[in-house]
Amino acid sequence: MTILAKKPQSLTDVPMHYCPGCGHGIVHRLMAESFDELQIADRVIGVAPVGCGVFADDYFACDMVQGAHGRGPAIATGIKRSKPKAIVFSYQGDGDLASIGMAEIVHAAVRSENITVIFINNAIYGMTGGQMAPTTLVGQVATTAPKGRDPKLQGWPINMCEMLSQITGAKYLERVAVDTPQHVMAAKKAIKKAFENQVKGVGFSMVEVLSQCPTNWHASVDQALEFVRTQMMPQYPLGVFKDEEAR
Amino acid sequence: MPRIEVDVNRCKACYLCVNACPKKCLGKSTVISKKGYFPAEMQRPQDCIGCKMCYMMCPDVAITVIKE
Ligand SMILES: Cc1ncc(C[n+]2csc(CCOP(=O)(O)OP(=O)(O)O)c2C)c(N)n1
Ligand code: SF4
Ligand SMILES: [Mg+2]
Repeated sequence: MTILAKKPQSLTDVPMHYCPGCGHGIVHRLMAESFDELQIADRVIGVAPVGCGVFADDYFACDMVQGAHGRGPAIATGIKRSKPKAIVFSYQGDGDLASIGMAEIVHAAVRSENITVIFINNAIYGMTGGQMAPTTLVGQVATTAPKGRDPKLQGWPINMCEMLSQITGAKYLERVAVDTPQHVMAAKKAIKKAFENQVKGVGFSMVEVLSQCPTNWHASVDQALEFVRTQMMPQYPLGVFKDEEAR
Repeated sequence: MPRIEVDVNRCKACYLCVNACPKKCLGKSTVISKKGYFPAEMQRPQDCIGCKMCYMMCPDVAITVIKE
């Protein structure tokens, strides 16, 4: 008997609390697989966000801190600088990273902190019940944009990979999705690379994941996958925005 | 022969695996789990090719893929 695939060792046995079909769990698994494969599990220290990912410390079998809202990159900076051998990640939602935490993510990139950021873009504030995020699409309904996001009132969605690609210190930026097995495989490759970069000392690496939130999109799981493809991808094209070796 | 095991204590019945299976081997169980879901289950084991697509999509890491 050979096991072809099973729960990676870097995940605990605690069942995850995410809603059925949510992308967060897929991304957790891809990260844990990367820790196992890169044999860095005993060196990883993570920072869990405020948002649906807040209990991530229960699910990863590594040391973790749960940070203040949006401050993950600052906390990860402190951990990495005081423990340079640790492999440090900040796991963040789009509300966390692109609104309250905008300054922290930008300046971590500016300093090219040798950390890995996993950025879950689901175009909504999931945990708090579906308020508009900076990444909410034009026309997308949120509790704080009941008629749909109107650029005249709320501005346009923000593309974090494109924006951070202007920063010299940002070394690796890729946007992926987890809506199909093919995209999940590509996401795995990107996430693994973002951690491998840290091992090599490349500098600031971030993977943005387009992630389904069926609950707050008020969609079935199938409709949510369709939303990722037909609504999110045109605004947030998948691809590599930066891939540089450290200088 | 490849086969899969579904951990019914982790499965939340999103059925991403059911849709991902290229051989349409998986379906919805009619037995309710302790969690209150109708978990995904293997319904056509003879067709399973061990491609791991179901494992890949599962957000709850409920699937183990085994080759005998
Ligand atoms: C300082 C502070 N401000 C606001 C909140 C309320 N709050 C909790 S989670 C959240 C946003 C969550 O959205 P996101 O980061 O996109 O994560 P998701 O739940 O979508 O994964 C907000 C605004 C808080 N907990 N702390
Ligand atoms: S609210 Fe959305 S992001 Fe949060 S766990 Fe549920 S599906 Fe996932
Ligand atoms: Mg969000």
